[in-house]
Amino acid sequence: MGDDYRWRTSHSKSGPGDAGKTGSWRILRPVIDPATCIPGKRGTPSCYMCWLYCPDGVISQGIPPKIDYEYCKGCGICAEECPTKAITMVEESSLIKEDT
Amino acid sequence: MHNRSDRSGQTQMDRPETIGERYMHTKTTILTLPEEELVHPGNRACAGCALGIAYRIGLKALGKNTIIVVPPSCLTVLQGLYPIAATKLPSLNVTFASTAAAATGLLAALKALNKKDINVVGWAGDGGTSDIGLQALSGACERGDNFLFICYDNEGYMNTGVQRSGTTPLGALTANTPIKGKLQNKKDVPAIMRAHRISYVATCSAAYPLDLYDKIKKALTYEGVKYIHIHTPCPPGWGFEPRYAVKVGKLAVETGLYELYEVINTHLRLTGASKKLMEKRKLLPVKDYFKAQNRFAILTDAQIEEQQKDVNARWEYYFDILDDSDEETAD
Amino acid sequence: MQIIESGNVAAALGVKLSRAQVIAAYPITPQTPLTEKLSELIEAGDMTAEYIPVESEHSALAICIASSSAGARSFTATSANGLLYMHEQIHWASGARLPIVMCVVNRGVGAPWTVWNDHQDSMSQRDTGWIQMYANDHQQIIDTVIKAFYLAEEVMIPVMVCYDGYLLSHTYMPFDIPDVSLADSFLPPYKPAYCLDPCEPANLNTVTLPDVRPDINGNRAHGYMEIRHLLQQDMLASMETLERVDSRFKEVFGRGGNPFVESYRADDAEFIAVGIGSLSYHLRDVVDNLRDEGISVGVMSIQLYRPFPYSAVAEVLKDRRGIIVFEKALSYGYQGPVCSDIKSALYHQGRQGNHGPYVLNYILGLGGREITTKDLYDALKLSCTTDPTDPDKLRWIGLKL
Repeated sequence: MGDDYRWRTSHSKSGPGDAGKTGSWRILRPVIDPATCIPGKRGTPSCYMCWLYCPDGVISQGIPPKIDYEYCKGCGICAEECPTKAITMVEESSLIKEDT
Repeated sequence: MHNRSDRSGQTQMDRPETIGERYMHTKTTILTLPEEELVHPGNRACAGCALGIAYRIGLKALGKNTIIVVPPSCLTVLQGLYPIAATKLPSLNVTFASTAAAATGLLAALKALNKKDINVVGWAGDGGTSDIGLQALSGACERGDNFLFICYDNEGYMNTGVQRSGTTPLGALTANTPIKGKLQNKKDVPAIMRAHRISYVATCSAAYPLDLYDKIKKALTYEGVKYIHIHTPCPPGWGFEPRYAVKVGKLAVETGLYELYEVINTHLRLTGASKKLMEKRKLLPVKDYFKAQNRFAILTDAQIEEQQKDVNARWEYYFDILDDSDEETAD
Repeated sequence: MQIIESGNVAAALGVKLSRAQVIAAYPITPQTPLTEKLSELIEAGDMTAEYIPVESEHSALAICIASSSAGARSFTATSANGLLYMHEQIHWASGARLPIVMCVVNRGVGAPWTVWNDHQDSMSQRDTGWIQMYANDHQQIIDTVIKAFYLAEEVMIPVMVCYDGYLLSHTYMPFDIPDVSLADSFLPPYKPAYCLDPCEPANLNTVTLPDVRPDINGNRAHGYMEIRHLLQQDMLASMETLERVDSRFKEVFGRGGNPFVESYRADDAEFIAVGIGSLSYHLRDVVDNLRDEGISVGVMSIQLYRPFPYSAVAEVLKDRRGIIVFEKALSYGYQGPVCSDIKSALYHQGRQGNHGPYVLNYILGLGGREITTKDLYDALKLSCTTDPTDPDKLRWIGLKL
């Protein structure tokens, strides 16, 4: 059958967005306050509880951590687990401009 | 607690653990975890799915030289619908009962083809492990096939809409125990695995991902079937806000209802947060755990009291019998 | 090399010559000596394969599905209720397009329990998308197993090699064991277009939506219906592949030439008796007797049952006066499956302005009920000498109500 074997079977290749842009699921968006965030304050890699606990891996280890809003589902775990309460869940509808 | 050691090389792929080489454990911290994600975002898991945490961190422990076997379950859906895969690892979807048998088959092929150093890992839900998948798993344990079986336990058939499974706890409301709640106790699958006398059995929680990471790493160094049971809270299924997924998971452990342990060649020891509970000799009241979830709404005070007595009795045993261990795992 | 051995051993030797790499084995009468022989060959070092004693037939085929997905030539064998237990996996293997070969040692199905031969087990799997081939004697068993691996890997469709439990599996006949080097030249090692490997990760056989959808590159990927359609198309096309495989086998080993049907004294026959497996050879004795009495009758056996070689079947049967189909299986609620398929094949082909042959259906030998030559003779003679008043009525042989 050669190369077209993949078209004859259910053979998936990996990539993001199987469910589309899951950022559209959000009602609330997590916003990090760099002044309260531990790595944000210290300017060096540290804490990263938000990165650890994000079920979707949309937070990256930046200074401060960066959230990929294209895919963040707004579950709020990061806000709940942040040891310094640096993350606030903000109403999407209250934001005038969407980040891209 | 937070290790600020050098993080260079963290983006490199973890080398696969070779069998027989005991993992020289250094306490894993958030900063020493590999940063690379082996699962893509934008997948179909619910917002706040604790399986998402367990899977994400678990794959970091397994590394890229791994083939995964997945029966019908939430993970099937998380991993993606054809033709897009959220998982970056090679993965085989199989029928519901056959996770462990398929793992055996993969191993046989790899051996026949002389392909070495590839981890074979089954990732099944509680239904696919404790109910329909138990026969094949038992057979594989008896045969001593060299793979890791991970059961993520969200305590019900969540993928099909929250029906009760063997591991649903007593009293839980589900889609098919909607009024009286489950009348039977939670099936103790790790105990069944221990009875098979396999080399490594461990219980973990998505709320303690570093403990999970370390246990997976360690498990891979043992022979035969290794079994890891992960408690994974499910917001829609258990009835709580998604943001509390980790909190609920921690409550399960901190009340003593769910223990973190590992069993190596039949010797059991508590690890991480459970070990700390044993040392402090103090558990949170089970009521806190039940009140946090709508699925326990019909539990009476008397029933909660019964469960508290059970937990106390179980932990008296731990307080009295178990010694501290020299080894540590991260919490 | 000529030996005298059982049908099960013939099958095992075929698997050995095919150099199967992974063998899953669960015992069930009357298949057991086949997998026992394989374990003996492997433990003695005469054969190199991973032999896995599984805990159920469902797991046996699960193992083959996984090992085949990872690129190993895989084999298992079963009968009756074991085959039924793995039914879910049978659909799975064909939908996953895996070149697994499985021997089905035909046995009746419960309830009630029976261990003796009939064809209900494999017949009940005819809709699953597996290629189904039937062997009439021990030589055909060993030859078909080897051909099956070649065919399966050419078309990426699993193949069932069926032969009668006890009547063939446990009886002893002389047959030729193909030479090892010839077998190796005929059947090269399995080289799949894709196998599961961390070097080229993919997620296999996940949920597939009703409609088409773009992949990660934005190209349109097939939906479930297209994948299944392609299985059907490839199955139909595999008939031509089997013809090629069969000719090649004949070139190398000197045997073959009847990939679809096998006929005996059929060329000028007014009536044709149809049977599958050892029954078709039994019918040859009956036909010889009837021919001596002046009755113009022949026999046709079906070697390839799925895909159904409707052209080849119609070609042999269409210009006859009567066709008498003897079956050891039943599609409950209607008639024997082979009878239905034959009628279906003749529906357009057999009609050329006239009515075409009548097709009678006899059910016999269920649960191993003995089939006597006399019974066959009586039934066939009656069918060839009396115009049937109700050809659609099911006829039974050997019933003792």
